[in-house]
Amino acid sequence: MVQITFIDSTGQSRSVSAEEGSTVMEAALRNSIPGIEAECGGACACATCHVYVDDAWVSKIPPAQPMEEDMLDFAFDVRTGSRLSCQIRVTGETDGLVVSTPERQG
Amino acid sequence: MGEIVKTDALIVGAGPVGLFAVFELGLLDIKAHVLDILPKAGGQCAELYPEKPIYDIPGFPTITGQGLVDNLMKQIEPFAPTFHYNQMVASLEPIGTAEAPEFRVTTEDGDIYETRVVLVAAGGGSFQPKKPPIAGIDAYENTSVFYAVRKMEQFRGKRVLIVGGGDSALDWALNLQGVAERVTLMHRRDAFRAAPHSVNAMRELVREKRMDFVLGQVTGLKGESGVLSHAIVRGEDGSTFDLACDVMLPFFGLTMKLGPIAQWGLNLHENLIPVDTEKFETNVPGIFAVGDINTYPGKLKLILSGFHEVALAAQKAHRYIFPDKKLTFQYTTSSSSLQKKLGVS
Repeated sequence: MVQITFIDSTGQSRSVSAEEGSTVMEAALRNSIPGIEAECGGACACATCHVYVDDAWVSKIPPAQPMEEDMLDFAFDVRTGSRLSCQIRVTGETDGLVVSTPERQG
Repeated sequence: MGEIVKTDALIVGAGPVGLFAVFELGLLDIKAHVLDILPKAGGQCAELYPEKPIYDIPGFPTITGQGLVDNLMKQIEPFAPTFHYNQMVASLEPIGTAEAPEFRVTTEDGDIYETRVVLVAAGGGSFQPKKPPIAGIDAYENTSVFYAVRKMEQFRGKRVLIVGGGDSALDWALNLQGVAERVTLMHRRDAFRAAPHSVNAMRELVREKRMDFVLGQVTGLKGESGVLSHAIVRGEDGSTFDLACDVMLPFFGLTMKLGPIAQWGLNLHENLIPVDTEKFETNVPGIFAVGDINTYPGKLKLILSGFHEVALAAQKAHRYIFPDKKLTFQYTTSSSSLQKKLGVS
């Protein structure tokens, strides 16, 4: 299990344990993290599991594939570090990952 | 508009569950009209993941969202349902009794339906355009900011700013070029999620200087009393500048909202409609809720759950619509009367 920290738009931080091989979105849903809707259930088809990856972590996780970049066009308030959490795989490398959730998901 | 459509059943939502409801109702001789806010059938399957494989439809080891919709449309053909697309139900008024329910349903366009039963198969709610995160955008909506194009003529001679990088953004940029005084397309990156021929056509127009393309995001709007004069843009390099325009058309895809269903007098629990698990009926007799929009102990939001739900809801609907007819349970494999209805006997 690895640790992932979610910071919501009010600054409140929540750390959860996530299983390796799952996704950051799944970890959020299993732990009822507010601010992640994941309407499509992880198919990279809706852009409602949008998160901002902490600056220190952006270069440590594999970059977005073209399909994810395309879906991000439909996300709310896209910035540097914007990712869809259903496309971030939890691995040993992501232990300690910090992501923020946007004010709303579209 | 004007004429009242009379029907046995009105299905709100043409997703997979709404479509299969046509089938189950049809086997019981119940005619259905189907409304949907989208311009096509299929709901989320067609809108969100047409190309994605689904692995938990019984009998199909794998099928795409669109594949499932196409099959359902074929399956319900014998029952010749009437589809009404681009329609949002605005209000629902009971005009019958608890024993013999009837409802008058009015759409936002003013179309009226009188129906004996209503099946709400609205999934996550109605698809509506996503609003970009721009402070004060509400003040410009429907005067200078539009999320859909109904009449191109209204933009004649205007400086139109189109924001987004999908098919809608590209299609309208191309269609309005020549109608508008000037079309500017803005997107946050120089890659598009749109048909390649549209992207090529847009690039060609930009090369010929007949259209502008700007890399950036709109962060604010300027103008007096809802009339837009400038969009405040944050460019790719982080700089901020004003872009003169009369109209902004943001195309950021669709999101799902419960919408007017909340005003139909149905009990709601966290934006879902509680139903019983015998008939999938709501607190209002004659109104059923099926598929992702309902809730009951143990509910799973699976397409297959919705298929089961419509079969049971149809049984109760039959009792309302044909109170004097006895309903005998029959199999499509062996019943000659069902096979006749399916056109296979």
